[in-house]
Amino acid sequence: MSSYLCSTSDERQAMLAELGMKSMDDLFVDVPEEVMIKGPLNLPNPKSELEIRRTMESLADQNVRFRTILRGAGAERHYIPAAVTRITSNEIFVTAYTPYQAEVSQGILQSIFEYQTMICELTGMDVSNASVYDGGTAAAEAAAMCRDRKRSKILVSETSHPDVIGVIKTYCFGSNTEVVMVPAKDGVTDLDALKSLLADDSACFYVQQPNFFGMLEDCGALGEAVHAAGAKFVMGVNPATLGVLKSPRDYGADVAVGEAQPLGLPLSWGGPYLGFMACTTAMMRKLPGRIVGETTDDKGERAFVLTMQAREQHIRREKASSNICSNQALCALTASVYLAEMGPRGLAEVGQQSYSKAHYLANELCKIEGIKLVHSGEFFHEFVTTLPDSYRVLNALELKGILGGLPVKDGVLWCVTEFCTKADLDEAVAIIKEAYGK
Amino acid sequence: MKLIFELSKPGRGNQVLTPYYSPLASREPEIPEADIPAAFQRKQAPRLPEVSENDLSRHYNLLARRSFGVCDGFYPLGSCTMKYNPKINEVIANLFKFTDIHPLQPKHTTPGCQTVYALAEKYLCGITGMDAMTFQPAAGAHGEFTGILLIKAYHASRGDAGRKTIIVPDSAHGTNPATAAMCGYNVRSIASTPDGMVDLDALRAAVGPDTAGLMLTNPNTIGKIDKNILEITQIIHDAGGLCYYDGANLNAVMGVARPGDMGFDVCHLNLHKTFSTPHGGGGPGSGAVGCKDILKPFLPASALGETASPQSIGQVKNFYGNFLVVLRAVAYLMTLGNSGVREAAQTAVLNANYMKQKMEQAGYVCAYPGICMHEFVLDLAKLKKETGVSALDVAKSMLDHGIHPPTMYFPLIVHEALMFEPTETESREVIDEVCEVMAGILKTAYENPDACHTAPHDTVIGRPDETKAARNPVVRYQFDA
Repeated sequence: MSSYLCSTSDERQAMLAELGMKSMDDLFVDVPEEVMIKGPLNLPNPKSELEIRRTMESLADQNVRFRTILRGAGAERHYIPAAVTRITSNEIFVTAYTPYQAEVSQGILQSIFEYQTMICELTGMDVSNASVYDGGTAAAEAAAMCRDRKRSKILVSETSHPDVIGVIKTYCFGSNTEVVMVPAKDGVTDLDALKSLLADDSACFYVQQPNFFGMLEDCGALGEAVHAAGAKFVMGVNPATLGVLKSPRDYGADVAVGEAQPLGLPLSWGGPYLGFMACTTAMMRKLPGRIVGETTDDKGERAFVLTMQAREQHIRREKASSNICSNQALCALTASVYLAEMGPRGLAEVGQQSYSKAHYLANELCKIEGIKLVHSGEFFHEFVTTLPDSYRVLNALELKGILGGLPVKDGVLWCVTEFCTKADLDEAVAIIKEAYGK
Repeated sequence: MKLIFELSKPGRGNQVLTPYYSPLASREPEIPEADIPAAFQRKQAPRLPEVSENDLSRHYNLLARRSFGVCDGFYPLGSCTMKYNPKINEVIANLFKFTDIHPLQPKHTTPGCQTVYALAEKYLCGITGMDAMTFQPAAGAHGEFTGILLIKAYHASRGDAGRKTIIVPDSAHGTNPATAAMCGYNVRSIASTPDGMVDLDALRAAVGPDTAGLMLTNPNTIGKIDKNILEITQIIHDAGGLCYYDGANLNAVMGVARPGDMGFDVCHLNLHKTFSTPHGGGGPGSGAVGCKDILKPFLPASALGETASPQSIGQVKNFYGNFLVVLRAVAYLMTLGNSGVREAAQTAVLNANYMKQKMEQAGYVCAYPGICMHEFVLDLAKLKKETGVSALDVAKSMLDHGIHPPTMYFPLIVHEALMFEPTETESREVIDEVCEVMAGILKTAYENPDACHTAPHDTVIGRPDETKAARNPVVRYQFDA
C-alpha cells in the first residue's frame, strides 16, 4: 500500500462488488478509449518513507547553506523565534481548508482577524485582507484596485524591486493597462519626473519604502504630488522596518502592500512567502481576496466569518475584483505569531539593529580603498556600494560560507539584518580586504 | 475566547534578540546604535500584542482546537481534494538545507532545489501529457491567470488581435470567468446539457473568429467525465482557439488519462489538492502550469533569477513560486511512484461511487445518475420542498457529528447542491459511518425539521449572522482609545 490508502485491495474488491463491478476499469467506462493511458507513467517505482528521506536529504545536501547572508533584494534572513516554528506546525492549522464553515473554523477565522489587525497597526491603514501570494502580486493587485475607465495608467518607480515591476507589468499585460516607469535620480525616485509624468489618466503611483536599493524615499513629497494630480498613492513597505519607520498612513498612502517574508518566514528558495494588502475605508470594497469580519452568532456571542464576499470570484464571477481564491493563510498565521512573540519592542529592535548593523558594515566597507556608497541619500538596512573585481571578491566570501551582496547595475547591493553579529560583519570585511591583498 | 490583543499587558514580552545597552549585551562591545533620521522615524509604536510566550502558546493552541483539519475527521469538500497530508513531506520541507536557501544564491549553490523542480516537471509532464511546466504560480487561480496569459501571448505573437473571447461552461468554478476577465477577455458562458455535459451545439454556435480559447474542468464540476472531450477540443482548435484544462479535478484521472491527450494545450495543477500538500487554512498552495511546446516560449521567468525567453509573458510572482510546496509534491510522487498514482485515482473514484450508492440507498437524490468520478453532487430540492430543510441545514447538522460538510451550493446549476469528494485516503468504515450519520440527518429532517434549521448545537458558536458582518464590516480589533 504505497498511496496512503486506507483500504486493502481485498476491501476495494469487495466495494467494487457492491457496485456490481469486477475491476477498477469498470469505473472509467465513460473515459474515451483514445485518451486512456496505455503505457507506464514517467515515474520511478514507489519508494518507502526511509528511501524518500534519504533521497530528499541527499538532494538538500547538494545545496549550500550559508553561515552568513549579506544578501536581501526581496528575501531576508531574519531570526525566526522557536515559538513561531513550533506553534505554526500544529497539525490542525496545517491541514485545515479555507474556513468556509465558520462554526468549526473559529480558530482560523480569529487568527486571520488578529492578523488583519496587526497589518492595520503596522501600516496605519484601516482595512487589511487575509493575504495574497507575495509582495509582487500584492503590488499588482493594488494597482488594479486604483484603475478605472478614466484613470487607466499605472505609474511605477524605477527604484522598485525588479521582480515586483515584472509582476505589475504582467498583470497589466493581462488587463491591457499601460505601465509608465518613473525614473530614478541618485537611487531615489525623481520627484520632478514624477510630477511631469502624472496626468489626468494616471490611476496610481507605486513606490517602495525603503526602495530596492535600500534608500529611504521622500514619500511625503511623492504622495503629495500624486494626490495633487488626483491619483492614488500605493506604497510597498517592508514590515520588518515598521517598528521604527513611519507607516504608509503617515505618508498619506491609499493602499499599502508588501512582502511579509521578513516576519518569521524562512528564505525557502523564494517561497512560500506572504503578500499583505491594506487600504483606507474608502477603498475597502475594492480590496481583493478573503476578509474576515466580526459578527455575532445566534446566541449573541462574538463570532468571526468570511465577509464582504460580494467582491469575490465565487459570487461575482467575471465581475469580481480579482480571481484570487487560495491565499497564503498559513504564512499569515506565521507572521501573526511572529509579531505577537516579538511584540512592539521586539519589532523595533529588529528594525533598529538592522539599521545600525547595516550602517556599521557600510562604514567598514567604505574604509577599503575602491569601495564607496553609490548613492548619497539615507538608506535603511540595504545599500549599494562599488566593489571592484566583484566576482572574485564575492567568490572569496562564498568560499568562507558568506553570501555577499547581490551584483546590480551600479555595484553590489548589500543587506544586513539583526541576524548578523559584529563578528560576522568584521569577518566579511577582513575577507574582502584580504581579497584585495590588503 | 479572548483576542490576543485582549491578553496583552504593557511591559510583557519575550527576550528573543540581544538588545543594545543591557546586561545581556555587555559580553562584547556592540555595534554602536545608529540614529534613524527623525524625518523617517515613527512617532507612535504599532499596538502589537505584549504577551508572554506561555500565553502565546496557549492562545494558539486554543485557536487550533477551535478549528478543523484533515487530522480531525472526514473532510469531503468537493473540488478541494482534502486527502491525507503525509508527515514525511512536512519533515522534508523543514530541512534547513531547503528552508535556509536564499532565492538569489549563485546557481551552483542550489543544485538540490533545481533538481526538485526538474523532477517535478518531469513527473507532472508525464501525468498531464504536457511538454513543459512552470512552478511560479502560487495557487490554482494564479495558475489559471498564467495559463490564460500564455494563450493571450500566443495569439498576440501571431498578430491575431481579434480573439477577445474565452468560452466557459456555466458549471465552471468562479475563478474561470474571473480569470478570463483579469486577462482582458470577454467571457462567453455556455449552458450545460441536462446531464451536465458541454452542449456541443451550443459550443459550435459560440465559437468564431473572436474565440481565444476554452476553459474546462474534466471531470467537470458535477463529477463526470465529458465523453465528448475530443470533439470539444477539436471544435475549439478548428475555430483557431486554444484549450485550457482546469486541473482542480485531476485527482480522478491522474495516471488514467491525460489532459494533453484530450486535446488541451495548457493546464494548471493544484499541488495542494491532487498532490497532497496541506491546505494550511487556505494556503499556501501551488498552481503549477503545464503547456504544450507551442506555448513554451511564453512561460514566465523571474527578472532576477532566470533568463527569460524574449516572448515570455514576464513573471507572475517574485522569484520561482512556492518552492516548499512543490518539494512536498515531489516527495509524494516519489512515494506513490508509477503504480501508486493510478491506484490513488482509482481508489478516489471507487470511494466516491461507493459513497454515492450508500447515500442513494439512504434516500438522498443524486443530481446526476450513473457512475461518477472522484466526487458527486446531491440535489436536496425534493427534501427542501417536503420538509423545508435546505442543503445548508443538512450541512450544519453534519457539524454536530464531527464531520466537515461538503461543498455547498456548487455547482450553481444545481440549486440545493451538496458536493461530496471523499478522496482515496478514507477507509470503507469511515464512509459507512458517515453515510449512517447522513441517513440519520435525513430522518431528523422529516421528523423534526427544526432540529436541522437550528443546527449546529455542539460547536463553539452557533450560526453566525453573516448579513450583519457584511452590512457593518468590523474587520479589525478596536482598541479602547
